[in-house]
Amino acid sequence: MSKYTPIIGLETHVELKTNSKMFCGCSADYFGKTPNTHTCPVCLGLPGALPVPKKKAIEWCIKIALALNCEINEFSKFDRKNYFYPDLAKGYQISQYDLPFGHDGKVTLSSGKTIHIRRVHMEEDTGKLMHEGNISLVDFNRSGVPLVEIVTEPNFNDAQDVKEYLQKLQQIVRYLDVSNADMEKGEMRLEPNISLSTNPKVLPNYKVEVKNINSFRFVEQAINFEITRQTEILEKNETPAQETRGFDNVKHKTFSQRSKEDAMDYRYFPEPDIPPIRFSKAQIDQFKSELPELPDVKLKRFEKEFALPDYDAEILTREKSLADYFEETVKVGIKEKITAKQIANWIIHKKINIDEVVPATIIKQILTATQTIQVDDNELEKVINEVITENTQAVEDYKKGKETVIMFLVGQVMRKVGKKIDAQMVRKKMQEKIQ
Amino acid sequence: MSNIDIKTLTITQAKKDLKTKKYSAVELTNAYLSRIKNLEPKLNAFVSVTTEEALKNAKEADSKLAQGIDLPLLGIPISVKDNFSTLGIKTTASSKVLDNYIPPFDSTVVKKLKAAGMVLLGKTNMDAFAHGSSTETSDFGPSKNPWNIKHLPGGSSGGAAASVAADEALAAIGSETAGSIRQPSGWCGVVGFKPTYGRVSRYGVVAMGSSLDSPGPITKTVEEAAQILQVLAGQDEMDATTSPKEVPDYLSKIKNDIKDLKIGISEDYFEGVDNEIKAKVEEAVKTLEKLGATIKKVKLFHPKYAIAVYTIIQRAEVSSNLARLDGIRYGNDRSFFGEEAKRRIMLGTYTLSAGYYDQYYNKALKVRTVIVNNFHEAFKEVDVIIGPTSPTTALPLGATAGQDMFGEMADMLVEPSSIAGLSGINMPVGFSKAGLPIGMQIIGPQWGEEIVLRAGYNYEQANPLFDKKPNL
Repeated sequence: MSKYTPIIGLETHVELKTNSKMFCGCSADYFGKTPNTHTCPVCLGLPGALPVPKKKAIEWCIKIALALNCEINEFSKFDRKNYFYPDLAKGYQISQYDLPFGHDGKVTLSSGKTIHIRRVHMEEDTGKLMHEGNISLVDFNRSGVPLVEIVTEPNFNDAQDVKEYLQKLQQIVRYLDVSNADMEKGEMRLEPNISLSTNPKVLPNYKVEVKNINSFRFVEQAINFEITRQTEILEKNETPAQETRGFDNVKHKTFSQRSKEDAMDYRYFPEPDIPPIRFSKAQIDQFKSELPELPDVKLKRFEKEFALPDYDAEILTREKSLADYFEETVKVGIKEKITAKQIANWIIHKKINIDEVVPATIIKQILTATQTIQVDDNELEKVINEVITENTQAVEDYKKGKETVIMFLVGQVMRKVGKKIDAQMVRKKMQEKIQ
Repeated sequence: MSNIDIKTLTITQAKKDLKTKKYSAVELTNAYLSRIKNLEPKLNAFVSVTTEEALKNAKEADSKLAQGIDLPLLGIPISVKDNFSTLGIKTTASSKVLDNYIPPFDSTVVKKLKAAGMVLLGKTNMDAFAHGSSTETSDFGPSKNPWNIKHLPGGSSGGAAASVAADEALAAIGSETAGSIRQPSGWCGVVGFKPTYGRVSRYGVVAMGSSLDSPGPITKTVEEAAQILQVLAGQDEMDATTSPKEVPDYLSKIKNDIKDLKIGISEDYFEGVDNEIKAKVEEAVKTLEKLGATIKKVKLFHPKYAIAVYTIIQRAEVSSNLARLDGIRYGNDRSFFGEEAKRRIMLGTYTLSAGYYDQYYNKALKVRTVIVNNFHEAFKEVDVIIGPTSPTTALPLGATAGQDMFGEMADMLVEPSSIAGLSGINMPVGFSKAGLPIGMQIIGPQWGEEIVLRAGYNYEQANPLFDKKPNL
């Protein structure tokens, strides 16, 4: 056991899937599109152009905050975060500073550990730089796409917990249907900050931030790499530098990007182009009532209502669409006396493609696989007599006490009938005959 | 037709003449274009004269007139300040940084004016990025005051005010952050109207102080100011700070008398003001009293407090607003910023910096609220507040040299109401012995456009000065 406890916090950016951008009418569906085709004076930041916030994006941000058990600020506003970068059209990013839409939330991990959410705020995405040789090009298609930033307190102590939290967060925004949170498309971007402490109750006097990681696996790698790197430094009685680092996807290493000595002063001030935003308690309650059943609650309900083991319930509630599909199938199955557990087994083990197979088809499949067909009693008796006559040796063996032979005889009957009939019932009849 | 008397022409008269075919919109436009051609070497009121666009607009107006279509400003030749984005037409805000910037969109104001039938004569000169009260900070040389070309027209809408005073345009569109419509109108002897913040859309206006900028008309008469305001006012879905408040029918109300009007006078607004100006404004107040208005003393904060608040807030917003002109996308890089812009960017950046924010910006916001409340209290007792527009008449060219706070001092008397987002008007009330115009301001409450215009209209009827013309 190391004498150092990792202290880890996380900033996550989630891109909302609104049709249009945050402050203008341009399409927000920029991925893979021809550069600078989804632009207008507003997202290009042309002189005089003004941002008009999208109500839907704000509501979605609040729903994310509510789903993370946050308090909602009844009085909120946008602020300007001033900094220079060629992909930043206006020379400032519209974000939120001291009055984020949501604050003081929490997420509970499977171990029971609580991760506190410091804030959930809304901001706009920047453009994208592309470098070709000595030339750098700017694509503003992404400029102004709505982003929600979720910041945790430094409550994590290992990479596994971070990964679980991120999976939960991804699951929640997908349940809310406000983001696809597709890591590969950059719809969810992760920035862990990591430091090591000898006394877990005391925050260390430095912090290392790793920027813009786009996979859960890379976050784990980055955190573990940092723990090793920082331990080595501390072992030499030195303090790791307070800095921002990048992550090399190929070498699986972090590398220094910017030291905190040239820390940015963002000169935040209230965005004068957007009036402050007020919500009444009633409006916030309304948003709350519009939240879907969230994954944790659904999982518990599935265990209870459908008598499913944790394993099944967890798989079935990973995605809302699968959970909905399962429940629908259960409804169809009730008429056929098929249990929820049977359905769960079928969906999980047969790896059903829920986009192609409708619930009724699943039920049919289960029925054919498990249910027997009724045959006429006289017909069955006739077949049994035939089998007895044709297999005298086997019948003799059974009578001498070789009981396993009975299954051979039953099999012969089933084969002759050619339909899936109840084997137990045939066995019973066969035994009565031979005895 | 060369016998159009553009010196006495008003929008109402021009509309009548166009309708009765006394002359065509093209003829009217040509009359202005030729006057611009004659006077520009002297005045430099325009950054660009849009001859082609003007004649195109005029032809369209004539064809609409022929079809019997009636629009509020159909065929009316207007100049627009160069900080209003104009689709396909160079918009420099009088700065070389934007020397060759051609916006791909129209500002809402220009869009509305076009829809109302305007003929765009050109883009008027201003202090670069509207930073100033003289037009001397323009990168394209100062404009001159038509009443004495050795004097400044004021600013930042100096070119706009000069263009109306010199009859280079029938009316002009300016913008005011604190004084930029009223002060040059005062110095040039024309009517300048600043609407309540949020009444007229800022969309497409090169931003200066975003929480203060208010576009408005500069005209010869109050009636014309009301006519143009009627076109410009109203909520704009492109500007989140515009108000959904219904726009009243200004024209139908302004001609009512002012027997019910309570006028407030604050002594502090007369302190340090030229005696000639004081006397003329006091005379004007007496005129209003004779028309039936009641005069009442009110206590407002001394305007000096507003200067500090305004300077901090405006510089902070400027430093952020100009950041986009980073040399990457607009023809000229940051070395093309003038001294005044650089000073403002530095001061604004400083006041927003970590450790100074609370001391400056945050404190300024708090005092701003105090000033807003101060006016709010005053307007419980009176309908309008009257004072001089500027402490001096138009100063000579070169007066800004070495005066880093020139604008703030020149606009001292209009800054408090700008900080509070109020409506106000400059009314010409006479001339100094040197023959320079003297202006009086009438300040109204938020959304008080109607009452300000009514007070102005009644005064104008009692003391008409718009037919007094400079010798050019």
